[in-house]
Amino acid sequence: MATKSLLKRNNELANANRQLEILSNGIFADGELPTFKDKITQTGQFPLRPRKLEILQINVGYMCNQVCEHCHVDAGPDRKEIMTVETMKQCLEVIKNTGAHTLDLTGGAPEMNPNFRWFVEEASKAGIKDFIVRSNLTIIRANKKYYDLPEFFKKHNVHVVSSMPHWTRGKTDKQRGDGVFDKSIKALQELNAVGYGMPDSDLRLDLVYNPSGAFLPGDQMALEADFKKGLMEDFGISFHNLFAITNLPISRFLDYLIASENYEDYMYALVEAYNPSAVQNVMCTNTISVSWDGWLYDCDFNQMLDLKVASKVKHISEYNEEVIRNRDIIISQHCYGCTAGAGSSCQGTVA
Amino acid sequence: MSKSYYDPADLRKFGKITEWSEELGTSFFDYYGKVFQEGALSAREKSLIALAVSHVVKCPYCIDAYTKDGLQRGITKEEMMEAVHAGAAIEAGASLVHGVQMMNKYEKLSM
Ligand code: SF4
Ligand code: SF4
Repeated sequence: MATKSLLKRNNELANANRQLEILSNGIFADGELPTFKDKITQTGQFPLRPRKLEILQINVGYMCNQVCEHCHVDAGPDRKEIMTVETMKQCLEVIKNTGAHTLDLTGGAPEMNPNFRWFVEEASKAGIKDFIVRSNLTIIRANKKYYDLPEFFKKHNVHVVSSMPHWTRGKTDKQRGDGVFDKSIKALQELNAVGYGMPDSDLRLDLVYNPSGAFLPGDQMALEADFKKGLMEDFGISFHNLFAITNLPISRFLDYLIASENYEDYMYALVEAYNPSAVQNVMCTNTISVSWDGWLYDCDFNQMLDLKVASKVKHISEYNEEVIRNRDIIISQHCYGCTAGAGSSCQGTVA
Repeated sequence: MSKSYYDPADLRKFGKITEWSEELGTSFFDYYGKVFQEGALSAREKSLIALAVSHVVKCPYCIDAYTKDGLQRGITKEEMMEAVHAGAAIEAGASLVHGVQMMNKYEKLSM
């Protein structure tokens, strides 16, 4: 398992343009498979347009304590992109005035941003209905200074969303690194101990499941039932919902697909599973994604592909919800990952 | 034409069999789809049965398809291997039980 980001390894896939080139070449250039634009045109859904904004997703930096093999952010300990206090202040202005009902902090490991706690405290004052922090669980056990995170989350009524590839050790460690499973279990138990994820608790704890390999997620409800049973029987752990998320063919997952000679089969599987009713609800139709340096994107994936919103307003400093809403969403073949089967978003299935 | 009898890419073209006989092909796929729905057996259990049978009938397409299906359902490799052994054990047993026929014949023909 690699311990460095693609960027640090000087891998050509650290370059967004190179990724976009790959996604438009080969089977999509020679017509073997339809492009995403052709496909949604056939079902009368081009151009993709946003509806009312519901979720403001802010990426506070690409630094992470883990280097997961499937990571679409290419996050890792060697990434230095971290949101500054100035940009956070600009975000807070927006958070206070937005019509969105959900604020979603992500990374990297958002907790590694040195101003993370201050930002959460300030943001929680805005009274947004649902305040999510995407925590990778191991961070809670990574260093003493993070041990009190469960208490901190509780104090600010944060909704914790955490990733967990499987309810068994082998699969988890293979995707996310040795020892990740045991640390994640410990972290989940600690979250349970302060009340997170307990059956009638208002302290929400949801898990995110990404397939650990070149296959699509199975039925979200069936997986949730298996996860609940496995984690309860073996470790006494409770959680609320499981979000089954499809891996999009970008960044490290794209690198893995190509290196393991699974790329074409995977793209075939995505295109075959295309579901027009998932298109109506793809995440970019109700979300804006903000990068560590304040740029605005249709989603976190477009952020990683450096595809800024096609709007006059492109930066948080000039944010205007009405102006931004009037735009076409930028698409490419990675979008097939959001429309396969029951669809996929940061909140799980959409169809 | 490919030079080998099996080409992994042919699995993707399976649906095309309806082109040469719409009625029979469609009936087959309808039936197939219904068989693997949740029923008295769960879809997960049926996936493991399909994996075991795939090995017994030695269909490389089915093995690829049901290994992937198992992964998608979160079925572990231990469960998959046990299913394969269940199929293999029946297959070995089916050969071995004919040993009784051999013994019968042997006895019959011997003084
Ligand atoms: S997937 Fe999440 S936990 Fe893993 S490296 Fe990426 S940001 Fe970190
Ligand atoms: S990848 Fe982003 S832009 Fe494409 S469909 Fe998914 S959410 Fe929308």
